[in-house]
Amino acid sequence: MGDSAYSFSLTTFSRTGKLLQIEYALNAVANGRTSLGICAKDGVVIATDKKMTSSLVDIHDVTKIEEITKDSGFVYSGLGPDYRVLVRKARKSAQTYFRTYMEHEPVSQLVKSTAGVMQEYTQSGGVRPFGVSLLVAGCDADGTPRLYQVDPSGAYFAWKATAIGKNYVNAKNFLEKRFQDDMELEDAIHTALLTLREGFEGEMTARNIEVGIVSTKDRVFRLLTPEQVQDYLDEAT
Amino acid sequence: ARNKKGTRNETRERKDQSHLRISRELFEYYVSRNKSIFSRRYRIKFEEMSILEYNGAAIIAMAGKNCVGIASDNRLGIQAQTVAMDFKKVFKITDRLYVGLAGLATDVQTLEQMLRFRNNLYELREERKMSPKVLSNLLSHLLYEKRFGPWFVEPVIAGLDDKGNPYLSTMDLIGAQCETKDFVVSGTCTGNMYGMCETLFRPNMDAEDLFETLAQALMSSTDRDALSGWGGVVHIITPEGVISRELKGRQD
Repeated sequence: MGDSAYSFSLTTFSRTGKLLQIEYALNAVANGRTSLGICAKDGVVIATDKKMTSSLVDIHDVTKIEEITKDSGFVYSGLGPDYRVLVRKARKSAQTYFRTYMEHEPVSQLVKSTAGVMQEYTQSGGVRPFGVSLLVAGCDADGTPRLYQVDPSGAYFAWKATAIGKNYVNAKNFLEKRFQDDMELEDAIHTALLTLREGFEGEMTARNIEVGIVSTKDRVFRLLTPEQVQDYLDEAT
Repeated sequence: ARNKKGTRNETRERKDQSHLRISRELFEYYVSRNKSIFSRRYRIKFEEMSILEYNGAAIIAMAGKNCVGIASDNRLGIQAQTVAMDFKKVFKITDRLYVGLAGLATDVQTLEQMLRFRNNLYELREERKMSPKVLSNLLSHLLYEKRFGPWFVEPVIAGLDDKGNPYLSTMDLIGAQCETKDFVVSGTCTGNMYGMCETLFRPNMDAEDLFETLAQALMSSTDRDALSGWGGVVHIITPEGVISRELKGRQD
């Protein structure tokens, strides 16, 4: 990994015991577009703000929410290119798991291996940490819906509901007020859209956000089409 | 070579009568001692012993009603010489999953260690037990990794899945799986074992019947095989637990 001239790690401890590169990576995440996720009792929803800087960008080609296995998906806040590397690695690791066991990799294992990869980049020669935080949504081996956050340091946390990126503090406060333990997936999608709208700059349409869901009924991760998103938006108003 | 009549067939028949089947060691001994034994009239053929028949084994697994049984013989030999009468070939992976390994004894032991290693790590990392189907696929993967220098074992997997349904599978030494509903066999006397199982097996046997059937099938099969026998052991796996019984048979 890296040039032989850089066999030492570029991420080193500061005097106060912090890894400054990771702190700075978290800053990069906090500058990224807002993403959030909510774990309902019968599914998980993740959503992100896809607003582009210019209206000339051909937005149909931009996908932020990606499917990793049949029943799990990622979304991120931070540097898009770093995210795509992680998606590639995660997909490969999930297929390797399937090749060995003929069983789909449970979400908890996927998260552990992805977090392991992110940690490697904080302790290897000639590389910098990933500038993304991931939100991982999926159904675990026993069918329970799970939402995880994975940070550039490689730390991962399971959440009932969380937000990352630009407006995360307000978004998290909003979610704290609205979240209930026995929420259903439909309510969760509505709450997610309302939370996203809270910090949205300008008008939120079905084209400049992305929503992905996985339900415990069919255990398939899917992206909502713009038409489906528009239906939810219409219901919300 | 043609005889005076000029036909080949007759000559071949006469030659077949003088075929002598001996082991490779004996053949090499004769060759080294006296080269003049070998005239064209006598053909000495040596029989190659397969590496999978070096130590000897007999393993049967059968499915019953919400239970499975797996049985093996106890012999460990080095070709004709018996070396141990208590060599275990069936190993517990979890309370509901047993694996029987037939073939070269060193590979049997090593693969048992490898499976235990992989199972322990799986249980620690995933915080759940391995299901029989997953173990079967894992074992198939491990065997195929050594496709061009294989492990000389032919495994048998017997277990109950989390719903309590029986699971049986077997594979060849390079991992070609075969999942069945009734019985699977492996070892040096598979011909005998298949015959006994086809005859004695009935679907949906309870635990007691399954034990009787397995024991009879195993004992009769190994009685006629020089390389397996010396008693046996039968494990019956039910949702409540496992009952293991030793079989005492012909000690030869």
